[in-house]
Amino acid sequence: MAAESKKVLYGLYNDEEDLKSAVKTARHDHLDMMDVLTPFPVHGLDPIMGLAESRLHILGFIYGAIGASFGFGFMSWALASDWPILFGGKPYWPVPSFIPITFEMTVLFAAWGMTITFYTICGMWPGVKAKILDNRITDDKFCIAFDVTDTDDKSVDGIKAFFKKTGAAEVNLKTI
Amino acid sequence: MSQPVSPVRHVLIEGNKSYHNISEDLCVPTEKAPSREWILAFSLSAAFLGLYIFAVTWTIWKGIGEWGANRTINWAWDITNFVWWIGIGHAGTLISAILLLFRQRWRTGVNRAAEAMTIFAVMCAGQFPLIHMGRLWLAFFIFPFPNTRGPLWVNFNSPLLWDVFAISTYFSVSLLFWYTGLVPDLATVRDRASGFRKKMYEIFSFGWTGSAKHWQRWESLSLILAGISTPLVLSVHTIVSFDFATSVIPGWHTTIFPPYFVAGAIFSGFAMVQTLMVITRKVLKLEEYITINHIDSMNKVIVLTGTIVGVAYLTELFIAWYSGYIYEQFAFYNRVFGVYWWSYFGMMFCNVVSPQLFWSRKIRRSIWWTFFLSIVVNIGMWFERFVIIATTLARDYLPSSWSYYSPTWVEISLFTGTIGLFFTLFLIFTRVAPVVAIAEVKAILKVAGDQFIGPNAKKSHGHAAHEAEKQEKH
Repeated sequence: MAAESKKVLYGLYNDEEDLKSAVKTARHDHLDMMDVLTPFPVHGLDPIMGLAESRLHILGFIYGAIGASFGFGFMSWALASDWPILFGGKPYWPVPSFIPITFEMTVLFAAWGMTITFYTICGMWPGVKAKILDNRITDDKFCIAFDVTDTDDKSVDGIKAFFKKTGAAEVNLKTI
Repeated sequence: MSQPVSPVRHVLIEGNKSYHNISEDLCVPTEKAPSREWILAFSLSAAFLGLYIFAVTWTIWKGIGEWGANRTINWAWDITNFVWWIGIGHAGTLISAILLLFRQRWRTGVNRAAEAMTIFAVMCAGQFPLIHMGRLWLAFFIFPFPNTRGPLWVNFNSPLLWDVFAISTYFSVSLLFWYTGLVPDLATVRDRASGFRKKMYEIFSFGWTGSAKHWQRWESLSLILAGISTPLVLSVHTIVSFDFATSVIPGWHTTIFPPYFVAGAIFSGFAMVQTLMVITRKVLKLEEYITINHIDSMNKVIVLTGTIVGVAYLTELFIAWYSGYIYEQFAFYNRVFGVYWWSYFGMMFCNVVSPQLFWSRKIRRSIWWTFFLSIVVNIGMWFERFVIIATTLARDYLPSSWSYYSPTWVEISLFTGTIGLFFTLFLIFTRVAPVVAIAEVKAILKVAGDQFIGPNAKKSHGHAAHEAEKQEKH
């Protein structure tokens, strides 16, 4: 995607409780937030923002199931069908001794699958340049950002009034 | 945060820290020039790393005949070291994963360093089975790949092959877990840096912004990785114990091995975390983040697992006697009173007797005792593996093939060399990444900071109280 620059109006708060009540107000006033950025995971923020629960864990289960079937299936095929060998008089298809590797493959696939999916859906990879609004967001500031590229002046003033009302420590405009 | 906090909760962050103080304190070690202690420690570690490279080259060039291992005692220091390092590598994932599931807040002070330690310990461990193969250049034979010999597949029934899968899975999953946790903190370092350093941290922080949706996914990912790492960490040492337990050697062929190995692994891993943390907190001035309360909690884990290990040792002896099976009885008689009696008593003293001192609160909260006993435990756990491996093999079925083993300079260099490798990697880590998880510490500040809880609390953590405080200000 060609990176189109956006005009972003953002407010910085000093405390996560201020941020939470501000987000509540924004939702109540039907303001369309672009993003909320925090230096650490703020618990209880997702329901206030109306974020749906992440479905990453469902994918984790699917990747794990693929890993388990692949591991077990491959071992069964290799030892029982492709080149059957008798090991110490054991059956050609020794299910119990496939369990450890099947388990490891489950974990391996689930972990790698989920991690790769996580970075992909978040658009994060080595070399991706973060669109940083403010350097202090990864330090101690809590940010609410609004995309004001195509917003008329009246609405911008409304957002500014909202920041003032909710006690934002700073309000800035930045093009990213 | 408006969570209820019990008044008996320990203070985990001291010094009345603000969020900004936390970023400052934890990022500074990566920003300033290395201290003299660091340079000294690094030179020493690098020297041992050099010795390691020399010993490995020597082994590969001349063959494993350069080792003291012989036809009777064919597993010796190599496998002892392997199991020792793998055991140490268990604490990191345990702290991160199991303590995350149990919602133990004190994990945040030590999890990052412990996970790094895990990765480095597994790297040290992995060397030994590989060079032990003798022909290192054929090591790829252990992987099931389509080959021109049929294809003839590897033996999936073999615990040694399970080990290959277990350890490579463990290494890669621990790496993902550690790095994903590190990404937000690397972004914090990035946003403070400038010039070339900023460019580097831009690459390594993957473009992290701190968006609420990303945090939500990040937490979901961490939780699931913790959930699957918990059985993984238990499976790894279980499978390592299968290397012994599935054989038909008296003294190895016991069903108690998996739980006993896992408890021993946690025990030695925590001891190594203590050794490292006691030094790290002092040198990097992190005493307010890795507090005496953290050290106390870890010492409690050490006394628990040490006692489990002790019970396992005694159970083994009892079962050997109770089985009425003379070979088993001889194997254990030989362990205690045989040629290697000193290693058995060393093990018993270091692993069973010494950690009992931690029942005393005073000793648990003493830095010097903790440091001293953590080293004793590490020595004891090394002895344990030596007892299981070398003592058992030295007296096998045929008295004509009984033998004695002592290491050559090559093996001693290999072992001390891996310690050099371990510390070199750890010291580099302390220079390039925050040793304490910044974001996670910030997230518990309001429920574990000394301004909010504990005897000197000045502020209240509750939401209502916060509102009241704001009202007051206005």
